[in-house]
Amino acid sequence: MIVQLIIRRLAISLVILLAISVLVFGATLLLPGDPALAILGQQATPERIQALHEQMHLDDPAWSRYLSWLGGLFTGDLGTSVASGQPVAELVGERARASVVLMIAAALISVPAGIALGIWSALRRGRTVDSAITGISLVLAALPEFVIGIALVALFATTVFSILPAVTMAPPGTQPWDFPAQLILPIAVLVLVVTPYIARMMRATMLEVLDSGYVEMARLKGVPERRVILRHALPHAIGPVAQVVAIQLAWMAGGVVVVEYLFRYPGLGQALIDAVNYRDVQVVQAVTMIVAVIYIVVNLLADIVGILANPKLRTGGDR
Amino acid sequence: MSRARSAEATLTPTGAPMVDGSAWHEQVAAGGDVLEIEDLRIATTAGGREVVRGVDLHLRQGELLALVGESGSGKTTVGLATLGHFRSGLTHAGGSVTIHPSNTTAPALMTALGEESLRRLRGSRVSYIPQDPALSLNPAMRVGEQIGEVLEIHEFGSSEAERIERVRSVLREVGLPDDDAYRRRWPHQLSGGQQQRIGIAMAFAMYPDVLVLDEPTTGLDVSTQAVVLETIREMTVTNRVAALYITHDLAVVAEIADRVAVMLQGELVEEGPTDEVLRAPRHRYTRTLLAAVPDLAGRNRIGEFEARRRAVEAAEADAARTSDPDSGPAAARGEDRPVAAPAPAAAPGDPLIAVRDVSLSYGEKQVLSSVDLTLRAGECTLLLGESGSGKTTLSRSIAGLLDHWSGSISYQGTELAPSTRRRSLAQRQDIQYVFQSPFSSLNPRRTLGQSLAVPLEMSGDLSAAERTQRVREALDAVRLGRAFIDRRPGDLSGGERQRAAIARALVNMPRVLICDEITSALDVSVQASIIDLLTRLREERGLSMLFVTHNIALARHVAERVAVLDHGVIVDDGPTDQVLTAPSNTYTEELLANIPSL
Amino acid sequence: MTHATTPDSAVDPTTVDPSGAGPARSAPDRPARRSTLVTRTWAQRQAKVGVVLTALIVLIAVIGPLLLPWATGYTATGFADRPFQDTGLFGTDNLGRDVLSRFLAGGTSLLLYSVLATALGLFLGMLFGMVAAYIGGWLDALIMRSNDVLLAIPQLVFALLAITVLGPQPWVLVAVIAITHAPRIARVTRAATLDVIGEDYIRAAEMYAVPRRRILFREVLPNITGPLAVEAGLRLTYSIGAIASLSFLGLGMQPPAADWGLMINENRIALSLQPWGVMLPVLAIAVLTIGTNLIADSIARASASANVGEK
Repeated sequence: MIVQLIIRRLAISLVILLAISVLVFGATLLLPGDPALAILGQQATPERIQALHEQMHLDDPAWSRYLSWLGGLFTGDLGTSVASGQPVAELVGERARASVVLMIAAALISVPAGIALGIWSALRRGRTVDSAITGISLVLAALPEFVIGIALVALFATTVFSILPAVTMAPPGTQPWDFPAQLILPIAVLVLVVTPYIARMMRATMLEVLDSGYVEMARLKGVPERRVILRHALPHAIGPVAQVVAIQLAWMAGGVVVVEYLFRYPGLGQALIDAVNYRDVQVVQAVTMIVAVIYIVVNLLADIVGILANPKLRTGGDR
Repeated sequence: MSRARSAEATLTPTGAPMVDGSAWHEQVAAGGDVLEIEDLRIATTAGGREVVRGVDLHLRQGELLALVGESGSGKTTVGLATLGHFRSGLTHAGGSVTIHPSNTTAPALMTALGEESLRRLRGSRVSYIPQDPALSLNPAMRVGEQIGEVLEIHEFGSSEAERIERVRSVLREVGLPDDDAYRRRWPHQLSGGQQQRIGIAMAFAMYPDVLVLDEPTTGLDVSTQAVVLETIREMTVTNRVAALYITHDLAVVAEIADRVAVMLQGELVEEGPTDEVLRAPRHRYTRTLLAAVPDLAGRNRIGEFEARRRAVEAAEADAARTSDPDSGPAAARGEDRPVAAPAPAAAPGDPLIAVRDVSLSYGEKQVLSSVDLTLRAGECTLLLGESGSGKTTLSRSIAGLLDHWSGSISYQGTELAPSTRRRSLAQRQDIQYVFQSPFSSLNPRRTLGQSLAVPLEMSGDLSAAERTQRVREALDAVRLGRAFIDRRPGDLSGGERQRAAIARALVNMPRVLICDEITSALDVSVQASIIDLLTRLREERGLSMLFVTHNIALARHVAERVAVLDHGVIVDDGPTDQVLTAPSNTYTEELLANIPSL
Repeated sequence: MTHATTPDSAVDPTTVDPSGAGPARSAPDRPARRSTLVTRTWAQRQAKVGVVLTALIVLIAVIGPLLLPWATGYTATGFADRPFQDTGLFGTDNLGRDVLSRFLAGGTSLLLYSVLATALGLFLGMLFGMVAAYIGGWLDALIMRSNDVLLAIPQLVFALLAITVLGPQPWVLVAVIAITHAPRIARVTRAATLDVIGEDYIRAAEMYAVPRRRILFREVLPNITGPLAVEAGLRLTYSIGAIASLSFLGLGMQPPAADWGLMINENRIALSLQPWGVMLPVLAIAVLTIGTNLIADSIARASASANVGEK
């Protein structure tokens, strides 16, 4: 039963990924006029345009280009960057690692912090702590990443206190995480962007659970408050919160682009912005696909957690 | 003493009862009360409005007191206060609740104790059985674990094995299997009746002294209710518990309670032995309430509820003048003369609606199997069925709300299309359906005038002014009054909403009214006045009616014929008297045997 | 035991004496002040704060351009001095243009495109959400699966893909933000519509053969305005954030346009030297998004309390 349910979710995920690949590939077809001309600009010589046509198989029908592109994705061949002539995989690989470091660090802080703040807020409903957490998270949730980022830079790196580096500067041959001080502000921005959402959702979920009949019943049974929270209330919040965390991690994939640009952090986001500026379609497509795969996987995990946390689903709901 | 007292009881209070010498033993030996509620007052935190105003109640061990009241009377609030619990928004405003627990030598003042002391008493010395077990059992905990948790928290016994043994024994006591597999079940794997027994087992696990039951059988089928009531009664007596049974159902009270207390708007208006209160009620409200209870025999003519209620008031006004406090009951109870079903306007004869061989299934699940039913002109048929019998499915199929049934339904000899959209205008106008919940059947964003005009707009042959006129007349006909035309459902009580919903069914001057459980969401006095209304509407308009209900006691009050539906099959169909006195089917017999009565 | 009850208390509140002259209880005067979503929203202090903050920035964005060059002496693109000087109230920017002038002129584009994107997204989301819920079946499945596909690509990444292909033009921004909002709005709309469709008054309308389009617009739509209003506020906040972010990345408005996001991008190298070129637009964007988010949250609270009151 439960295996079937999970296999079903897995199948749906695969179908969605396939649809995404069509969508992402389809985007190239929207390039106005001759893509090669659009990419190389008006000054391009006919020879270069011809060469690019061959390189991108632009004279083949769309479906055959799609199939070879899709096949390439599976074999790790993400195509060739038009702007630099490098293989996309090579261009992206190193930088993806840098971005993942940033995101994982931010997730490790913001997920527990968001969950804890949400629970704390829910347990102190209507008190000062609750109002403070709710109010601050409402304000933070409204702000775009770059606003928070610039505020932090102004506060800690330039105008007010000059204690942290405002930009990342990794000499060639070194990795950004070799300089931990440079990571503080980028991670802080991501944490400040993501935590409020998790806290708000956790609070809402907990309030709903705390108002439920079985929590009231547990209290009327004489269950100690600590146990009411841990044993009776929290398990019911796991499923919904897993969903929110998944969505927030995906959101971070967008936020990380802005953060990397702001701090000149040598990650995937920075590479993406450069690619957009050079209209380097191959790179943008590859990055989009990578991000989508991450999103689908994280979401799938969240769904599985939700299924496992719910005995009704786990046992199939038969009487 | 039949009460099992744990052997290693000491003066250090675990939750478990002591063998001897506790406050409980002292009080019982002296013949005193175990639970004492004195002048209890509970108010809202915002505004300080009192919702419970000076309630006094006293209970001895082994005694079951029914606390009766309609929705909003404050009965649940009193029940929870007995455990020292006040729902958010409410606060203790005066008076006291005292329990004499069997695990200490001192009485416990529930309204003054700290959280920790209260916690140790809750679930052990005073326990609670909630209304809806589906909501109050933790869906993510195995049922055995939920019972065992009570024992563990209150330090019952000396070992895990002893606790598991107690879980087993209490499961047996409430009539459930006690094997490991059963204890490892999840709540969603049990039926409603079984879930409620788990609730009862959880409450009795610690051998409590005081028990609060909050409408524990509401939502259960009649036969399940009968068994659960039996279990509760038996457990209360054998465990020598003082039980406070909160309910709105006077028939249940008659079955189970030793004494009755009646609450009205936060006040206790009457209290006394069950027999006395039900036979000779002193307070006008109790009389009105009793006058509204439908009985199987049809003696308590609720179809004339309004007239009798006014008679009670008139009698009371007289009484006030002549200072004779006790002149109303005869009028309120009605003479002991069974009333035949309300007189139909026209002689029943021609079949108006004929249901032939109607079946319906949802996937694998067969909901209706080959149903035959006939509704004659001017006649009312009561369609009886418990939850899951398919009664709503059948009535919606007739009304054209469901369209995937097979078989045939004809109206005046003409076969009806499955859905209303494909029926003729005349058919749509003639057959009207009233929904169960008046809280869901009217659009909250539209005025009654707008909602009630919809059927007329769809008929399309009246001008706007004529439509308004019709709507006004319909509102008058249901005794709401035409001034309600600009009101929205949110401003109305449940009974008022249901009247408006009936009015919407009347605007097209129908011939057939299908009423699907239209009184089940309402208080008993409101139910009586709606039944009264339907009776009068039938007289005035010669309506034929299909009255769908789970309550067989209504039969003689509304219907000439009764059809009994069980798991999608009509098992009994005939004139009311015949079905009620000589049922042809064991299922009907069982229903009749299990129905609680005054 | 007390017997002192009010004379009316035992009376079924649903009955009216039919023999009485006219309506026994005068009904219409009871709902003195109708509690609507708007009144309940406005009753909250944070809603008032939100409206004031939003109005302030909207005022600047709308009136600002009209004040040039009358109020500042400069046009938005004219040069006032050398780069990053202290001249004027807030100094000059990276090319020596007057910061205040650029600031006053720079809000219109952000506001206009955010509102357009939100409106378009709301329209698409509502349409698909309501149709999916009401029609159901394979159409529902198709719409919701397509939603899943769109949702799997983060908004900003999706926008970047579109801009790569189509270029950083205003209509591309509006369209792509709208398209990324639509699936989220469609989900909310669908859930709210399903709740309403489960109610008996929709069944009643079906029973009276009310045309389906009329059911959607007259019976369903008025009952889902709460969640939709919340979504509108929330999505507007995110639209502002997304469009400003794209401009900040240099992929939204293009030079020499005066635009808050672009201003931040152009001037941030001199944050410590001449902070106004960055801080003015950053503050404006912050105040605006906080304002709209406060309003959205107030609507959410108001509509939640409405649901509690109804049942």
